[in-house]
This record gives sequence, structure tokens and C-alpha cells, in this order.
Amino acid sequence: MKFFIDLANSMRAGIEGMGASATTAEIILTAITTLAVVIFILLHVVVLLLAERRLSAMFQLRLGPNRLGPLGIGQVIADVVKTLGKEDIIPAGADKFVFKLASTTLFATALLAWAVIPFGNGMIIQDLNIGIFYFIAIGSTATISVVMGGWASNNKYALIGGMRGVAQMISYEIPMVFSLLGVVMLTGSMKMSDIVAAQENMWFIIPQFIAFFIYYVAATAEINRAPFDLPEGEQELVAGYFIEYSGIRWALFMMAEYANMVAVSAIAVTMFLGGWNAPFGLTFIPGIVWFLIKLYLMLFTFFWVRWTFPRLRVDHLMHFGWKFMIPVSLANIVVTGIGIYVYRMITG
Amino acid sequence: MDKIVNREALVGELNQKFGQCAEIFEDNTNQSIKVKPDKIVEVMKELRDNPNYEFNLIMNLSAVEYPENFTVVYHLNSLTYLHKVTVKVELDKGNPQMPSISSVWKAADCMEREEYDLMGIVFTGHPNLKRILLADDFVGHPLRKDFKLQA
Amino acid sequence: MLKTEELTLNMGPVHPSTHGVYRCVLTLNGEYIQNAVNHIGYLHRGLEKLAESRTYNQFIPYTDRLDYCSGLANEMAYVLAVEKLMGIENEIPERAQYLRVICAELQRLASHGICVGSFALDIAGSTGFFYSFRDRDRALELINMIGGNRLTPNFMRIGGVAHDLDEYFLNELNQFCDDLPACFDEYEGLLAGNEILQTRSKGVSVVSKEMALDYGFTGPNARASGIDTDLRRDEPYGIYDRFDFKVPVLQNGDTYDRFVIRVMEMRESVKIIQQAIKDMPEGPVMAKVPKVIKPPVGEVYHRIENAKGHLGFHIVSDGSTKPYRTRIYSPTFVMLSAFPEMAKGTHIMDAVLILASIDIVLGEVDR
Repeated sequence: MKFFIDLANSMRAGIEGMGASATTAEIILTAITTLAVVIFILLHVVVLLLAERRLSAMFQLRLGPNRLGPLGIGQVIADVVKTLGKEDIIPAGADKFVFKLASTTLFATALLAWAVIPFGNGMIIQDLNIGIFYFIAIGSTATISVVMGGWASNNKYALIGGMRGVAQMISYEIPMVFSLLGVVMLTGSMKMSDIVAAQENMWFIIPQFIAFFIYYVAATAEINRAPFDLPEGEQELVAGYFIEYSGIRWALFMMAEYANMVAVSAIAVTMFLGGWNAPFGLTFIPGIVWFLIKLYLMLFTFFWVRWTFPRLRVDHLMHFGWKFMIPVSLANIVVTGIGIYVYRMITG
Repeated sequence: MDKIVNREALVGELNQKFGQCAEIFEDNTNQSIKVKPDKIVEVMKELRDNPNYEFNLIMNLSAVEYPENFTVVYHLNSLTYLHKVTVKVELDKGNPQMPSISSVWKAADCMEREEYDLMGIVFTGHPNLKRILLADDFVGHPLRKDFKLQA
Repeated sequence: MLKTEELTLNMGPVHPSTHGVYRCVLTLNGEYIQNAVNHIGYLHRGLEKLAESRTYNQFIPYTDRLDYCSGLANEMAYVLAVEKLMGIENEIPERAQYLRVICAELQRLASHGICVGSFALDIAGSTGFFYSFRDRDRALELINMIGGNRLTPNFMRIGGVAHDLDEYFLNELNQFCDDLPACFDEYEGLLAGNEILQTRSKGVSVVSKEMALDYGFTGPNARASGIDTDLRRDEPYGIYDRFDFKVPVLQNGDTYDRFVIRVMEMRESVKIIQQAIKDMPEGPVMAKVPKVIKPPVGEVYHRIENAKGHLGFHIVSDGSTKPYRTRIYSPTFVMLSAFPEMAKGTHIMDAVLILASIDIVLGEVDR
């Protein structure tokens, strides 16, 4: 279990042994860990693409990609090579600078969110004291990329998709923040390691199950997954805000979607499902394994929901967001506050 | 199996209301009446609204080019009485023009446009008489017998 | 004040949800449709003109290409019209009559399967699409056994059917009919019972009884608007008067009813097929008709209850081997003309759904 931390410590010692200062060693080590996390994400993205295709095939009585390699694993490589090899088409009427920028910034925000996600005890790139706040702040900047992509494409479908994206992401940001607030109130800290440590005896999904539900729905909307994939709106808007993208820029949009999905799942695991903590005292299994098991469980539910439900309509989505999710999440905060007050009165 | 309306009574009633406008048309189907083109809108309204007949569904609207004339054929059906009638309107070969019945049935709108497009029959009073199936710059009316087919 | 203007959105002819090459120019206020204009004709092949240079038998394969989702039923409509024109409609052998009914109902199952599936797809429930297409594919495999083609079987003939169907086919068909009701339960559970689907389709684009009659709605769409009409019961053609089946009629006339009524009709079709298999006598499948078909001078208009509505053929004969004029009344062509009014004021997401609920097939719209 301590393998990664020991590895990091020995590397730090090695770098310092070569005559570098402690700050330099820290910078180099952060760069290495960041690289490791980026590789982790990219690997997950391609594997998740395959997993989703295989799983959705099972849901839909199909086979899915099964020709390349055992279980179709070679499909991962084929997909990457294909998207890299495609021509990068930029429409003549597009705002070229913004068009190119949009896909990059969206993927960048998806990666940035990973800076505060704890994979295990001590395994976090930067354990910020405002960790969850940082995650929310970074997550909300994705909205700008969506509208940039929609606007710069010079396509009416893309524009409608981008506008839908903004309306939806802004509306669902609020209940998501409120749902996380309950956990922060219970912990009294926004630091990720504190939050996970506080769940050693009881996961926050038990006292905060309403918040978990709200977080799950709002996060689904936030990352534009079905049944909230209105900005893409495959049926009426064809592909929504990234209709004009092709090749690697399109792949960046797809990768951002999956990276975001893994990120919100990781946050759900951290905030509600006890992070790296082992359930039922099964501590002989390392924390990172528990973290990954919980992560994949969350991801599976995202797949499951996507391939079961049809898509909502925009006005229903807005009604649901503003008239149900926000009041319930506010009520959850009030109830949590009263609960904490009562608990303190009893325990003195 | 087809339940055909009593044509004598129908034609009598129409003639009484609108003056000599309809007559029985003899053909192999035994269910046709012939109506003068300028009275078609009134006759169709009457056929639709008369409680004794209630031809509320327009089954078909087609046009046939005979050597001597153009015939526009309306097949009407009553879902209440389950009876049918065929209304035929004979048009002059040189100037096939007649009033539109799209104000009576909206379903006739697209069918009249189609007949205009393919057969070249002009329906006056039609709200949007443009080509529907063929391109706007198409020349000629393909269902006419003098239309030259290109192999 | 900010200056605002309406957005003109061109939907189609290349669009995933227009069911072919249909084009619609939408005027949008926000995402709500102010006005819609139909543009059709991208698939126009001039079948009515082609009919004038083909003999009566030669035109049968062309009818498969009308509504390419229900080829056998189109053939039946055409063949019945020609037989009526020739006056031999009572000479068709019994077994051929039963085979025709089986074919038409099997085709109705396949066609409604498309409607249910594409409705599910247009509401982004792609799993429902695959469930329905699984069953439709079995129906198409059976049609493949009938005529050697999945979509264009060319099986009906003037005076009967092309050949007899063997015991193996009937067993497979029986098995298919036994399995189907469980599949319909699945559709109802996964799609019709889904709350998102219900909120999205109930009360959307209500077509009143009057509007339905005005626009010439027929078939399932008319029955969803409360019009109790079914040619199989009201003017039984062929031997439809011998079967016991219900005609489902729903009253709301909204998108949901137009979707649900198709599942209900599929259940009835299964019943008809089962009765037909049970009662089918042995015997010839082709009446004695002349090699060269020369109907007497005259005309005929005959229509049948096709999967999408009344499919009618108006055939004028001048006594020669080729029809003088063939007019095809296609139900979806007429019903599509109601789309602008149905879509007015609805959301752009609903427009796609409304289009799916009309169940258009562009091969039939454009002919």
C-alpha cells in the first residue's frame, strides 16, 4: 500500500541527493505525479470508451466491438489511431482562434480538476485547504468552453447546443454546490484529506443520502451525460456544440467528457463513499484499490443510466433544476445544520 | 362490398340547392357523379356538412388526362355511414383550371399541389400552389401524355 | 431594448431524425417553433409515370419500393385493386387469401416495429430501439423466407400469390407469434412506462378529431385521435371479415397515444396471424388468370388498411396491357402535410418526436 508514497519519498531523496534544493525536488516531483495522473486519466478515457461500448452492447442485445484482440481490447488502439489520423476540418466561416481554443480549454479544465482528487492516503497532487471549492471553481469554467465551441463553429445547431449547455450547466451548478455543502458542514473542512479521514467510521452517504442523490443528478447534468445530454442533443441538434469538430479536436471533446465523468465519480467517492477507506474493516486490501473499486461502481451507474433513460426536454430540465433540486438541496443544508446543532447539544 | 350512396337522391339534392350543377356519371364503378367545376367548392362543403351524407374523409384526389378532357377525380368516404361517392370534374383540355377545395379539406392542399405539379391542373384560390415533388425549375408536367420521356 | 429576431433552422434533408430525405425549414423563437415549412420530393422516382409504361404484373415489384417498410402490404393493395378492376376478386383461392392476410399482418408487425423503434431512438432511448428492432428483424427474416428479400419480397400476384409457403415457415411464424407478446410487454415497460417518455410525449401536439379528419388522417394516427375507423373491420377486403380482432382507439390524440396505439395494434396483428395459421386450408394458391392481363375499360379505386394508414390505388384502364393512369394515394404524404400545424408552438426536441409519431417513410411520401 505504501508503495507509491515510498516511491515518491525515495525519488525526493534521490533528487535532493543529486544536489538540488528541497523546492526544486518538490517541483520535479509534482511534475512527475502530475504526469502520472494525466496518464492515469488518458488510459481511463480510452478504456472507458471501450467499456461503455461493450457494456451498452450488453444492455442493447448487441455484441459491441469484439474483433480486435481479446474482448476487443485492440479497439482502444484502433480508436486512438483513427481519431489522430483524421483530417482536422475547420469550417470556413468559423472563428478560427476560438474554435481551436474551445476544445483545448475544455480538456484542460477536465484535467485541472484532478489536482485535488485523493487516490489514497497521502496520494494527492496538491492537498489544498480549499480542495472541494477548487474543484467546483474549475468545473464551472467548462461552461465557457462549451459556449465557445458552440459560438465559434458558426453553425446554428452548434449555437443552440452551446446555449443549452450554458443554461443547463449554470442551473445545475447550484444544487451541486449545495449538496456538497452538507458534507463540508459535517467535516468542518474543505480539505479533501480531512473529508476522507472524517469518513473512517461512517460514510457520508448515510447521513447525507439526499445530498448524494442531488449530487449524482446534478453531476450527470454538469458533465452532459444522458439523460441530460441536451447540449449534444444527438437527435435534433445532431451533435450540438461540437458538430463541426473533427479528428483530434473532436477527440478532445470526447476525452473531456470521459475525464469529467471520472472526475465527478472520484469526487462522489471522496465526498460520500468514504474515499480510500475500506468498508467492513477489510483493510488488508490497499486504499487505492478500494478507491478504484468505488470509482468503477460509480462509473458503471453512469453507463447504466445513460443507456436506460430517454432524454429530457429543456423546459422539464429547467423546472426540475430550479423547482425541485435547489429547494431540496437547500432544505438538506438546513436539516444538516439543525442535526449538527442537536448533536452538539446532546454530546455537549 | 362497397357501400355506395344513393346517387339519384344526392344529385337531386345538389341540383336543388345549387342549380343544375351535378349529374350522374355512368362508368364501371357505378358510384360517380359529375359536377361542374365552378360549383365544386359549394358541392364539396355540402357533401361534407350535410347530415344525411357526411362525407368527412377525402380518400383520394387524382387527375386523369383523357383524350378529350382532363378529369379531376375526388373519392369521398363517410366514416359515419361508411358509404362512398366519386366526384368527377371535367376540365377543358386547353385551359385546365378549377377552384381549389383546400378550404374544405386541408388534406386536399398537398394533393392539389401534387396534381398541379405532375398534371398541370391549376387550382385557383389555392394558398400555396407551387411544385411539391419536382424541383421548382422543372419544365413541363410529367403525367401528361405529351410529356417526352427521356431514356 | 435588445433587438431580437427569429432563427431560421434548416432541418434536413441530411439529418439523423428526419427518417430519410425529408427537409423542414423551421422558424424558431428561442427553441420554440414559430413556423415550419415542408420540403419533400428528394426521393421522387415518378412511380405513377413508370406505371404507365409497365404491364400490370410488372408494376408489382415497384409497389415494394413505395413504403419500403411494408412491401407485402403495398403489393396486396395493388393486387387487390387490379383484381377488382378485372372483376376476379371472388376467384382467389382460399389458401392464397389466408397467405395474403398472414403476409400483410407480418408486414404490419415489421412496420410498426420501425415506428416504435425509431420513436424510442428519437427520444434518445436507443435501448428501446434495439429491443424493437430485434423483433422486427425476426419478422424480416420470416419475410425473407417468403420471398427471398427482406424488404422487397415481390410475393403477391394478380390472382393469388407467387408460391405456397411450407410447413417450416409456418412453424417459425407460429413460434414468432408466441414469443411476441412478451416482447410487447418489454416495450411497454421500457418505453411506454418510462416517466421521462411520458412527460415528454403526453399532451404534446394534440390532434383533435376534427383536425385529424380535416387533414385526412387514416390508420393508427386517426385512431389515436379518437376516430373509430379500420378498413379491415369496416370494409373487409380479402377475408378479413373472418378474423376476430379488436380495433384499439385512443382519445387524446397526442404523441404518446400515437406511439402506444402501435404497440396495441401489434398485439391484435399477432392474434390475426395465429387465427390465420390455424384456419388455413390446403389447396392451390393461384387462380386461373390469363398470362397477359388485360382488364376491361374502366377505373377502380381500392384502398387497404396499411400499417401507416389507407393505401389506395386509383387505376384507370383503357383495355390495353398497361394501365392508362395509376394514382397512388399514400397516407403519409397527406399526414405529413399536417406536420407544420402539429409542430407549431412546440419545442424543437418535440418536433423530432412528432415526426416520429406520424411514422413517415419517404419512399411513400415522395413516390
